[in-house]
Amino acid sequence: MTLRRPIYLDYNATNPVDPRVAEAMIPYLTEHFGNPASRNHAFGWEAREAVELAREQVADLIGATAREVVFTSGATESNNLAIKGVARFNEEKGKHIITVATEHKAVLDSVHALERDGWEATVLGVQPDGRLDLDVLRAAIRPDTTLVSVMFANNEIGVIQPIREIGAICRERGVFFHCDAVQGLGRVPFHVDDMNVDLVSISGHKMYGPKGIGALYVRRARPRVRLQAEIDGGGHERGMRSGTLATHQIVGLGKAAALAKADLTNGEVERVRALRDRLWDGLRARLDELYLNGSWEHRLPNNLNVSFAYVEGEAMMMGIKDIACSSGSACTSASLEPSYVLRALGVDAELAHTSLRFGLGRFTTAEEIDFAIDLIANKAAFLREMSPLYEMVKEGIDLKSIQWEAH
Amino acid sequence: MAYSQKVIDHFENPQNMGSLDKADPSVGTGLVGAPACGDVMKLQLKINDNGIIEDAKFKTMGCGSAIASSSLVTTMVKGKSIDEAELIKNAEIAAELALPPVKIHCSVLAEDAIKAAIADFRKKQAARSAETSA
Repeated sequence: MTLRRPIYLDYNATNPVDPRVAEAMIPYLTEHFGNPASRNHAFGWEAREAVELAREQVADLIGATAREVVFTSGATESNNLAIKGVARFNEEKGKHIITVATEHKAVLDSVHALERDGWEATVLGVQPDGRLDLDVLRAAIRPDTTLVSVMFANNEIGVIQPIREIGAICRERGVFFHCDAVQGLGRVPFHVDDMNVDLVSISGHKMYGPKGIGALYVRRARPRVRLQAEIDGGGHERGMRSGTLATHQIVGLGKAAALAKADLTNGEVERVRALRDRLWDGLRARLDELYLNGSWEHRLPNNLNVSFAYVEGEAMMMGIKDIACSSGSACTSASLEPSYVLRALGVDAELAHTSLRFGLGRFTTAEEIDFAIDLIANKAAFLREMSPLYEMVKEGIDLKSIQWEAH
Repeated sequence: MAYSQKVIDHFENPQNMGSLDKADPSVGTGLVGAPACGDVMKLQLKINDNGIIEDAKFKTMGCGSAIASSSLVTTMVKGKSIDEAELIKNAEIAAELALPPVKIHCSVLAEDAIKAAIADFRKKQAARSAETSA
């Protein structure tokens, strides 16, 4: 069987829309195109019915009620709305926010925006395995803290945070807890009451739905969360997010959520974990000096973030161009800075430049993994032959003892 | 990142990749860059008694543009005198490879590598003359 090239192993970046999701969406483009807010005719009623079904499906994925789901343009908007919206609504109570250095930029930059408006932020570091130390969090919470934001699973290193415990601490201290759950949903069970969360960001295109749609879970009871809207207009979504609802997008998100929920029990999680483990085992059998970035135990089943010592990441990606993946190397970022997530783990710049991230998914096959192992091992070996550092290490030279001239 | 065909060619068929004998008195070795920057180039030049570069070998840890820059440099210096080789500017390397602005620094490192290798050769020569005249 001919494999489609390049082989897609970047599922943490985005997912293809599942054909079943696309099929569900299409009728809402040309046939059932009504505005869900049109209350006086069948076009509007049909659209509204589809939206409310999707709302149930999204709520069901996380153990929430439909009334607690707000549709947005994606998790970036959800993160902005959660952080700025809750901070601003609770301004009188306090102006201190806590988050973590490994969060997505949509969280970090939202927090920085609040700092420009007079809020104080504490950005907590993580342990070398990528996880937050709960004692560090406890010590950081102040009487004027109104919000803590910690992601469920990290997009680069796949590491899963102790959300349930973090939530319990926040409950105890009367602080709202926002969780960007984008990468974990459909891969790891997540229930809002079990996890003690008050706000949850959800992304369509990270669970085989379309890009440009997401949701924010906003808890209604124990405690009730209220927020200031970021987008004003017709008062949609209970005044929390104005704008005509994109029925076709929402239908897609709902269907994707239903499929994601099924994955938690239909064997898909085990299947993808086995393939990911096969990839890791296969690479280690062929190459030495490989370093896993982030906790192995607390990790998404589909993620592998590995440093290939002495070989630069962009060169690796060029070498394995039949595989689509990503790298934490400076050369691959617009800013020429190496991955801030890896740096937060304390990974040396040297190893950050040599890192590759592989994200597996619903459509990944064993054949693709075996092809990938072969190609990656061959190219890494080729680039190590070319690497003056590998040569020096094999000669027994301690690289740390060299005086490098920076340029 | 869209690479120029020349960069891709050098990456897939690197020219003169390898090592010369570091202990050989006619070999100058330049090691530039730093692992912390994700860019390290080793350039070695074998220089004959007439000051002509007879052979050149490179090893590079870096992105495709860095590898291409150092590979290209080995072809540019062969047959030149060390004085001529010292005049090679990064702009020539960048132009030949059609490097985008964000990758110009790779060509700068390659130019530095030439100078470092020549400096090493000259240092070795000076040490030899000191020995022979002592």
